[in-house]
Amino acid sequence: MKVLAAMSGGVDSAVAAARAVEAGHEVVGVHLALSRMPGTLRTGSRGCCTIEDSMDAQRAASVLGIPYYVWDFSERFKEEVVDEFIAEYEAGRTPNPCMRCNERIKFAALLEKALALGFDAVCTGHYATLLTDEDGNLELHRSNALAKDQSYVLGVLNEEQLKHSMFPLGASASKDLIRAEAEARGLSVANKPDSYDICFIPEGDTQDWIADKLGNQTGEIVDRSGKVLGSHEGSHGFTVGQRKGLAIGRPAADGRPRYVLEIRPKTNTVVVGPLAALAISEMAGTRFTWCGQPPKNTDDWTDVLVQVRAHGDAIPADFAILNGEMVIRVKEPLLGVAPGQTAVLYLGTRVLGQTTINRTVSAVSVDEEFATEHPTGDSLVGA
Amino acid sequence: MTVYLDHAATTPIRPDVLDAYTRALQVVGNPSSVHKFGQDARNSLEAARDSLAASVGANRSEIIFTSGGTESDNLAIKGLFWQRNAEEPSRKVIITAGTEHHGVLDPVYWLVDHQGAELALIPVNSQGEFDLDWLDDFLAKRGSEVALISLMWANNETGVIADIGRITELAKRQGIPVHSDAVAAFGHTPVDFARSGLAAMSISAHKVGGPVGSGALVVGRSVKLTSLVHGGGQERSMRSGTMDAAGAHAFALAADLAIRELASETARLNLLREQLVDGVLKISPDAIFSRGEAAGLAGTAHFTFAGCSADSMIFLLDAAGISVSAGSACTAGVNRPSHVLLAMGRTEDEATGALRITLGYTTTADEVKLFLEAFPAVYAAAKKAGLPSK
Repeated sequence: MKVLAAMSGGVDSAVAAARAVEAGHEVVGVHLALSRMPGTLRTGSRGCCTIEDSMDAQRAASVLGIPYYVWDFSERFKEEVVDEFIAEYEAGRTPNPCMRCNERIKFAALLEKALALGFDAVCTGHYATLLTDEDGNLELHRSNALAKDQSYVLGVLNEEQLKHSMFPLGASASKDLIRAEAEARGLSVANKPDSYDICFIPEGDTQDWIADKLGNQTGEIVDRSGKVLGSHEGSHGFTVGQRKGLAIGRPAADGRPRYVLEIRPKTNTVVVGPLAALAISEMAGTRFTWCGQPPKNTDDWTDVLVQVRAHGDAIPADFAILNGEMVIRVKEPLLGVAPGQTAVLYLGTRVLGQTTINRTVSAVSVDEEFATEHPTGDSLVGA
Repeated sequence: MTVYLDHAATTPIRPDVLDAYTRALQVVGNPSSVHKFGQDARNSLEAARDSLAASVGANRSEIIFTSGGTESDNLAIKGLFWQRNAEEPSRKVIITAGTEHHGVLDPVYWLVDHQGAELALIPVNSQGEFDLDWLDDFLAKRGSEVALISLMWANNETGVIADIGRITELAKRQGIPVHSDAVAAFGHTPVDFARSGLAAMSISAHKVGGPVGSGALVVGRSVKLTSLVHGGGQERSMRSGTMDAAGAHAFALAADLAIRELASETARLNLLREQLVDGVLKISPDAIFSRGEAAGLAGTAHFTFAGCSADSMIFLLDAAGISVSAGSACTAGVNRPSHVLLAMGRTEDEATGALRITLGYTTTADEVKLFLEAFPAVYAAAKKAGLPSK
């Protein structure tokens, strides 16, 4: 096959490309230029945008003896990932830009371009496994290296995208083994640090970066009964589940800490309450996709596992499609789920599909919260 | 079989030059030393200066050897601005064009940001030609405020050639020094420093078949400029540092060879370029030959292709063994919409589909044929892949 290896300049994508070469594919390395500031030279690995990363990817391609190019996707990246990230925050939601990048850039813009230019597949360094069921249908599964598993951020891929994807690291047991393999292959990126931050936020401080883009405006902090407890400098500076940074002078009546429960961007209001009220029993979204073959019956409640963040646990749940909406009911109350996050459904290790969460239902009603006996929240599942 | 059609980026070192260069590198001696070794190195350096001066139509004392085009541009622009501004502090304006090489634009922007210079950009038409009527008008109104004019002799992307004589004539009446970046022009179109009326002119060895790392600023004998690099005062006290006698020797030899064959090569490459342009326009009817009917370098064919990205075309051509360029590349090797095309009024999408094919002394008719054979499939696939913005 003719394979386009997306090379970030990190160790994972370099080893993935090396394995594709070794498997006998005709491989071309491509680094995606995603920053609108081509001259940015930052220190350390920030994933995507720097000259240093581009040069590291080039060095790796040279060791592998494959052609290497840098392709400019910065305009699409800005429109479809960065601008949307800002718009989501502005709407009081908590987006995952890496998923959006996979959905719109790596497995859309890049894949489409690759197919038009005669490639058969795009290869990346994601930790996830592609398997084929007995009918020959492709399935996406968790990586064997469970600590590094990245199947969650690939949950947005559909069947057509899976057909043209290659994840050579899926069967690996650990990141340490990948580093050792990189070392053995003479790849200079073997000991390059992992990137954790959002690649387009230079200092790694999302709140500061967002405040800089959206500006600050004073608003009210209220509880769920509508009582004003304090003020803040801009609702987009908060995320659901946040406890620190709430400048509320008086303690809660029961003396327990308060958490951000909801952000209402239209009125620039931040709603807070006790830990127990942070737990949700249901989440739902209208923008959902199936990763491979869709389930045969989506009208009835089906047992699944649901995961709501990249490195979170998968929680038992039921789901069904009701009136064009994917509704997910967790079997234990789940903490800190914000609209904008992605819920990925699993059947065992297999990724079934995903939805961007539009709404959530609190496990504790307002009446319950303000009844005399406060639920303690002690038995809740941490997120 | 590989076909190298990126001579404007760098042209292969000429075999005779490589031979002479490697021999010269083995000669011991600092040209500033007083002993026999030093004197031998000095003789070699001064012979190179004589030869290069003859090739550019300058006096031998007007050749200031540098490390290349970018250093020459920096020395000319900062040096002339500081000098002229110190003589007459009211002179703060630098006139240049948006189509200049970054070697010129970046020092100008630096002077604007840090040294109180004021920038005036000469308008450029859609073929890349300077609006000299605007220059005439501007100088009539504000000539006494202008410290320096810097306009390139030939554009490194489109190949369009400027009327340097007319520019210096307009500037002369106002006592304004004119610098020209002639890196793309020298050795590829007739360049005569003495007749040009320029105060200073940048040239580079590796564009004429010499080694990378050797260049010169030609500075008129009566012209004063402030030095950037202070030290031993070698090179007329305008540029310090141990002189590179071997590099100068190789540069002079390459320039001499280029100038000797300039007329015949121009005729030969004009024919090949015409074949290439005709062929490309037939394959891609909506392609635009960037400089149109304007005068230009024989070996430069620059196009924009609607709805195609340079990334795609360069990749597909490279896979077919053919090396071309988008005209501009940033440090990370990514093709960006060219500032030259944007300055010529093209949109960002139009500039994204730019391809520069440059022929040189090694280019054969067969290579142009191979390019034209490969291009239909490349164009079709690139068109299918479309633009990154869509």
